[in-house]
Amino acid sequence: MTAGTATAEPTGPSRSAIDTTLRAILRDVLALEESQVEAFDADTGLFGHLPELDSMAVAGLFTEMEDRLDIVIDDDDVDGEMLETYGGLLAFAEAKTVES
Amino acid sequence: MPSGATADEVLLGFDLKREHRLLVLMPLFNEASKMRRQIVETMRILDQSGVDCFCPDLAGCNESLAPHSEQSLSGWRGAAASAAAHVWATHVLGVRSGSLVAPGDLPGWAYEPVKPSAVLSRLARAEQIFAREANQAVTAKELIAEGCENGVTLAGWPFGADLINELAASELASSPHHRLITQEEIGGSPLWLRAEPGFDPAQAKALAAIIVERMGLS
Repeated sequence: MTAGTATAEPTGPSRSAIDTTLRAILRDVLALEESQVEAFDADTGLFGHLPELDSMAVAGLFTEMEDRLDIVIDDDDVDGEMLETYGGLLAFAEAKTVES
Repeated sequence: MPSGATADEVLLGFDLKREHRLLVLMPLFNEASKMRRQIVETMRILDQSGVDCFCPDLAGCNESLAPHSEQSLSGWRGAAASAAAHVWATHVLGVRSGSLVAPGDLPGWAYEPVKPSAVLSRLARAEQIFAREANQAVTAKELIAEGCENGVTLAGWPFGADLINELAASELASSPHHRLITQEEIGGSPLWLRAEPGFDPAQAKALAAIIVERMGLS
């Protein structure tokens, strides 16, 4: 999954709504200031780059994404790849929102 | 205890033999450590506001020496009811999954209660991610299926088959006596989501204020 996918036009809820919700979830999970999360771009590294994002925090992140974005994340999706960058995670969230 | 026998556990209390006596039930498993300080600080504010507060260790949790793998939701429910009777609790506050074991006949509050299946799913996912990092391919579904048969360790917690089956099968049974407290009412971001335990004085104050007000003390 590339960061470029994150810029594709979704057919579900607006990109900005998903983007805003995803940033809010990351702010809660990572205990960051709003301004820090606002500074995330498509290439910002997540899993493996941020010590706060351990396996338990990632599991919490997925559960929050399911709740707040009304999506279902399958076990097969939990492969860590889309967690490498913010762009990857956003593209994943957008694709799941379109699916549901 | 699973055998039906009883055992003593530690109980943190602020007891001045006052009229309003609150039993506080911490979240279970990983969220317990994230929320402990926050809840204890909330109990301190409640104490200063005229409320006696008691927070028991459930068997297998916190300081308890009982094996975690031998515990069950039904056992913890019985223990919470015994603790309520022991301290003459007039009200109960269940925090997150603590609400799952709160005595349903006591009036009180459920602070952002969580479904048992969601608790289990989060732990199993964490274990799946952890296993993958160790180059072991196993899914959360497989872990839960294995746990239902033989018990399983999830995110460092050894679960017996009884507890996994209870978590997998239980729906959130909310008591009509427990009023919901949402994170929106408290304000700020949920501390149980954070990787490290945190403390937010404003949230502690907000939670205590809701309880004090509804007890008619403010």
